[in-house]
Formats: sequence, structure tokens, C-alpha cells
Amino acid sequence: MENELNDPNVPVPDELQSAVTITSLDRIYNWGRRSSIWPMVFGLACCAIEMICTAASRFDIARFGMEVFRATPRQADLMIVSGTVTKKMVPQIVRLFNQMPEPKYVMAMGACASGGGPFKEGYNVVSGIDKFVPVDVYVPGCPPTPQALLHGLIKLQQKIDNQSIKAVRWYGQNASEAVPIPVLGPDLLDPRQHALLAQQAGQPGDSAETLEA
Amino acid sequence: MSEEERNVVAPEQVPVADSIVARFGNALRTDDRDGYEGYVVSVESLKDVATVLRDELGYDYLSSVTGVDYFDEGKIEVVYHAYQTSGGPALNFKVQVDRENPILPSLVSVYPGADFQEREIFDMYGVSFEGHPNLRRILMWDGFAGHPLRKDWQEAYFEEENKPFDSRWPGGDVKRSEAENRFGKNVSYPDEFDIDNWAPEDDSSLYAGLNKSGSNGKKLKTDSLVVNMGPQHPSTHGVFRMVVALDGETITDLQPVMGYLHRNHEKIGERNTFLQNMPYTDRLDYLSSMSNNLGYSLAVEKLMGVDVPERAEYLRVLMAELTRVSNHMWAIGFLLNDLGAFQTPALYAIRARELILDIFEATAGSRMMCNYMRFGGVARDLPDTLRDENTVDFIGDLVNERLPAAIDELDRFLTGNEIVRSRCIGVGVLPADKAIAYSTAGPLLRASGVPYDLRRAEPYSIYDRLDFEVCTRSNGDVYDRYVVRIDEMRESVKICQQVMREIPEEGEIFTGKPQYNVRVPKGESYGRVENPKGELGYYVVSKGKTNPYRYHVRAPSFINLTVLGEMCKGHKVADAVVILGSIDIVLGEVDR
Repeated sequence: MENELNDPNVPVPDELQSAVTITSLDRIYNWGRRSSIWPMVFGLACCAIEMICTAASRFDIARFGMEVFRATPRQADLMIVSGTVTKKMVPQIVRLFNQMPEPKYVMAMGACASGGGPFKEGYNVVSGIDKFVPVDVYVPGCPPTPQALLHGLIKLQQKIDNQSIKAVRWYGQNASEAVPIPVLGPDLLDPRQHALLAQQAGQPGDSAETLEA
Repeated sequence: MSEEERNVVAPEQVPVADSIVARFGNALRTDDRDGYEGYVVSVESLKDVATVLRDELGYDYLSSVTGVDYFDEGKIEVVYHAYQTSGGPALNFKVQVDRENPILPSLVSVYPGADFQEREIFDMYGVSFEGHPNLRRILMWDGFAGHPLRKDWQEAYFEEENKPFDSRWPGGDVKRSEAENRFGKNVSYPDEFDIDNWAPEDDSSLYAGLNKSGSNGKKLKTDSLVVNMGPQHPSTHGVFRMVVALDGETITDLQPVMGYLHRNHEKIGERNTFLQNMPYTDRLDYLSSMSNNLGYSLAVEKLMGVDVPERAEYLRVLMAELTRVSNHMWAIGFLLNDLGAFQTPALYAIRARELILDIFEATAGSRMMCNYMRFGGVARDLPDTLRDENTVDFIGDLVNERLPAAIDELDRFLTGNEIVRSRCIGVGVLPADKAIAYSTAGPLLRASGVPYDLRRAEPYSIYDRLDFEVCTRSNGDVYDRYVVRIDEMRESVKICQQVMREIPEEGEIFTGKPQYNVRVPKGESYGRVENPKGELGYYVVSKGKTNPYRYHVRAPSFINLTVLGEMCKGHKVADAVVILGSIDIVLGEVDR
């Protein structure tokens, strides 16, 4: 089955060589998806300015078929987390991620979204969006230049190229589950850590035991 | 540095008429701490003193209100900086209150511009302001535990009071902070917190405070409803939220909600060394990092008493004015976005900005986060070549030919455009007296007919030698703000042309030896610059160590938003987007 799909060993007659191409289903499927990644209009901080510059005439994101920025998560394929993720904002980001339909991708643009960046020690700063939603590509920089962002997008295209329609999660038996939305309490509360929170002793750092985020 | 040298640059003491000092007796005394200026007012007479200053002495503009936690003395001090809109130096007065029971009278009735700033002090220090109309947290959320800027409050990733932290020195034991935390995240909870008997606070108190009346006596029956715009909304210029009460389509009340990009600049700034704060200033108003650097340099230079070499002054002004052009280009482009001309005008507007960014990148090493200025000069001189051209020729060509052409192009396309005019004229009107009372700054203030520009009102750097006009308009609507920005870009280009003519070809760009850790003499200082978005001020308190004891940013975007609700009332909901666009906010600076 696999070979049949991905290795089309079908000879094309000479007279049709110029008119017919035979390819695999994966390649044509991925080619269509990688050439029309629609990002969400979603700017958090400084990185958003470079993201806009990437979309503007000089760097021209349209060369990659990605110029269609959508303001609604329902129509978006890619969430570029462009800036510092704060505790006050993260419930909204997780909600937006949950509202995106599959297939969906997340890019952590810049140092803050990747790991907290220069503001990591801040009391209102989340140490990277990957604490809450799965990230596909990390782009380093503060902010990444438009060239760096484009490089990240090309990496994402390569990732898409290597996916197989038979293995992708969105056609599988178990549809992807929504990420539980964090809650603002005395500090940020992650519902996935409810058990740990229930027995919490208050002091950070008093135990080496941590839960998988 | 000798004592004499410091006296030369001692901050100007603003005299208050003797009769007024006498009238208040013990309630008003000169602040005689070493390196401090201004007056200390008693809690009881704060409101009276403020009223007298405003009405009798003409200090009608309250620039900055902020708090300082003097932990050792057990006091929280609230510092006010007032100015006369006719120009001149600050009058600085402060009031001290017990840390344990901090209650102060609110000055919102005297200076409405104190509104958000008092809320910020309430949020960060827990000072209650009696008589404040809406005393709620502003940057953090309701229900957050503690007041972060108090000196005894520690964040979850706390390592040490001051940088450089031991763990980050060479040979230090570097660990990821996540590994040290029980939850693997940047969180900590009070001891008594019990998640099973706890319910989150919702926004009902926010919604309850809105004025939802309207539609009385109208023929058409309309519904009143509350709409949340943001924090994820394409027209809010970032993560800003407006809670709008509507009657049909007409706005009856509007409440800005912010803090979604609160990155704790001030807490981090108090842990940093003085120099380490410079790159952080870049990230305040990330569209104008060069001028942010300038403001912070001025504040610290005032304390240190260093002079800046001539060539460095010219370079600073050149960079600051190029920043103004690029910022206004952006502001106008995205105002048009807000008007519904999606992307196309913005693309035209930011084309010229890229050329300016090339200069920044070649000189400072980065397009946006320039980190260019130092205490006593600038970090680097102009490079020899830029885009394979001689740098001086490139900049000369830019300021003499390309920028004027780009501004003319915008002007030609937009200023007379019928849609722009009909959507902007008469919308979001802000009268001059209100603009002053609400402490607005920058193009917002000048479009209302107040010719207040720090470059003229209290000149810094070499602005007193340069020839330029303060651009004002009289109607105070969205259109006038747009026109003021166009005019200001022309004046900035004019300044750049002068700089390129007059800049010394050779010369020092830095005073003294570059130091990684500067020691700043004791005292307080308030340095302010005319940023593209308005008056940017830095209030710095030094205790003579390598780290600032207090580092506060008076952010123009933040304070300009105080008046947003007033301007929007009575307009249609679509106009709220345009009025917000005309204020030109950047969330990095609003939330800090």
C-alpha cells in the first residue's frame, strides 16, 4: 500500500511526457498544503512588527503563498506566536489554538515565544509558549529578522513535505484534543496540574519533583 | 568624580513662591535628601497643594505620577512631576505614606491624567487612592496575589536582588529556572491557596461599571449591549482590549483594559545594572528604540553628570529624528488600515521605513532593537559604507531626496482624499483644555492646539541650536492628528538635513572609558524626551550602587489612553478603531 501511494512506478508513454506527470498522493497533497499556509493575524509584541515587514513588499511573503493573513483562527493554518507570551494573555492564546482547525501548525517566533527571552524572569511572563501548546518551528532572534522568519517558514514547509497522509493525526482515529485553557488565579493556573496544585505547599523550589508540562 | 563637578550639573531647583511655602507651613517642605529635588508634601494637604500649583502657579500639566518603595524607612513615596505648558523645568513634589497602611487622596479631580497612573501604583504597590473613580488593578489581573514592585515581593524565578547573578558569572552553576520550580513553570502561589475551594474572578465588576444608558427619547428602538474588542483583534495594534458599551451602534461608554503585554520592565529594571537596562528600553516602544535609548541616557547622565561629545550629540539627534519619521510613517499607514484600506497604504508607508532601518542596522547592528546609546555618547560611529554606498552619501540622499518624496507621496494620496476626510474630520475631538488636563502628549496634544514640544519647551541635546517648527493644529480631531504627523515628518527631515550639514566630520563619540558597570551617584532624576508618540520620561532613583533602586517609565502611549473613553463617547463603534489608531499606541509601551 505504501509503495503504491508514494512510489508511483508507472511509466508514462513517450507521447504524453509533456502533458502528464505522475506523482504520489503524499507529494501532491503536501505540495498543495505547503504552498498555501495561511497565517493568523496575531501579533503579540515587537516580533509582530518584523512579521508585518516580512509580509510587506521588500521581503514579500507572497512568494511562499502565505500572504493571506486571516483574522479568524477558523480559517488559519499557522499561528505565528510573535512576541512575549504573558500570563494574562495565555488563556486567549490557548483558546485561539483550540479554535484552529486541523491541520494546524505553531511557530514560536523570537526568543520570548521560544523560552521567555529577555523577560523570562518577569512575574507575568510565560517561559515559552511550548509550555502550553505544541510548537513546530522555533525561530531564534530578538526579534528575528524577516530573513530569519522566512527561513523558519521554509523549515515548516520541509516539515510538511515529510508528512504522510496515512500517518497524520487529523485523519487518525483519535481526533486531537483541545488543550485545557489556563485560568488566572493568584498566579497562572494550569488545569493539567490540578493534582499538584491541590497538594501544593506554596514554596517554589522546595521540591525537585515537577510535572511534565 | 569630584564634588565640584557634580554641582555644575545639579538639577535645577524650581522655586515655589515664598508666600505659598509660607501658607502651607510644615505641610510643604523642601526635599533635602542628598541628590533629591522638589518638595515633600504632607498627606493631608496634598490635594490643596496640587490645586494651588495648578491654579495659581500655572503647573497645569501633570506629567508623571509614580511610586517608590523605601523599604528600609518603611515608607512608600509617591512622586509627582508637574509642568507648565508654557515651558520650563519640572516642579517635583512627593508625598510619603506608611508602607503598612498606604492610603492617599486621589488627584484625579485635580489632574484627570493621574487616573491610570494611580491605578498602576495601586496595582504595583498597593496604595489606595481615596476618591479615585475606578480603583482597580490595571496591568495585572484582579485576584493576582501581591503587589509586585514592593521590594519584599519576589517573583517565582527569584534568584538574587541584583544582577549580575552569581549563577551567570563565568564558572557559575547555570540551571534552567524551570528545573528549580516545583511546577516547572514561572508560577508560585500563596501558602493558603486552596484550589478546590476557589473560584476565578470574572469580569462582571468591570461590566457593571459601564454606563449603558442611551436611546432615551429616540424614535428608533435600539438595544444596549457590551462588546469586547480584543485582546486578539486586528485593529487594536497589538494585544489591547476595549470593553465597549453600545446603544445600537453608538458608544455610550468605553473602558480600555490592558496588561496583556505587561513584561515587568520595572521589576526587571531594578534587578538589572544601569547599563543592562539600555536594551530593555528598546523594547518599550519597539518602533522607536533610538529615542527610547536617548531618554534613558539623559536620565542617567543627569545623575552621573557626564557630558556628551559634539559628534555623538549630532548622531543621537539624527537617529532620534529618523526614528520619528519611521514611526509616523508606520502610524499613518496603519491609521489607513483602521479606516478600512487594508494593507495597501501601509505598504507604501513602510517602504521608506526600510531604508531608515538599513541605516540603523548598519550603524547599531540591528534593525529594530538598536541598543545604540550609552551614558556619555553612543556605542558606534557611522560605518564607512552602507549598501555598497558611502554612508554619508546614502543618508544625504535619503534625507534630501527620498524621504521628502515619500512624505509628499503620502500627502498627495491621503490628505485630500475624500474618504479620509469624511471619516476623520470631526471625529474624536479633544479640546485643548481637556488634552492638557488628561496629560496627553505628542501629536495628540499638539493637534488640539497646544504648542507643547519638549524639544522647544525644555530643550535637551542640541535641539536649541536647530531650526524647526513645532507643528500644531487647532481642531483636535483624528484628521488634525494625521496632518500634525505629516508636518512633523517634514520638520524631522529638515532637522536631519541640518545635522548632515553641520555634524563634525571627526571627533569623539563617547566620553571616558566604556564601562560595563557604571556607578551612579546617589539621587533621583527624571529625564524626558519628545518621543514620536509623546513625552517619554524615565524616573531613576540611585542609591549609589551599580543597580537602579527605582526605574520607572512614563510611557506616552499609556497615559494618552486615559482620554480614549472620553473621545469615543457618542461616536459609532467603527470610529473607536480610528480614534485608537489616531492616538498611535504601541503595546510594549502601554503595558511595559
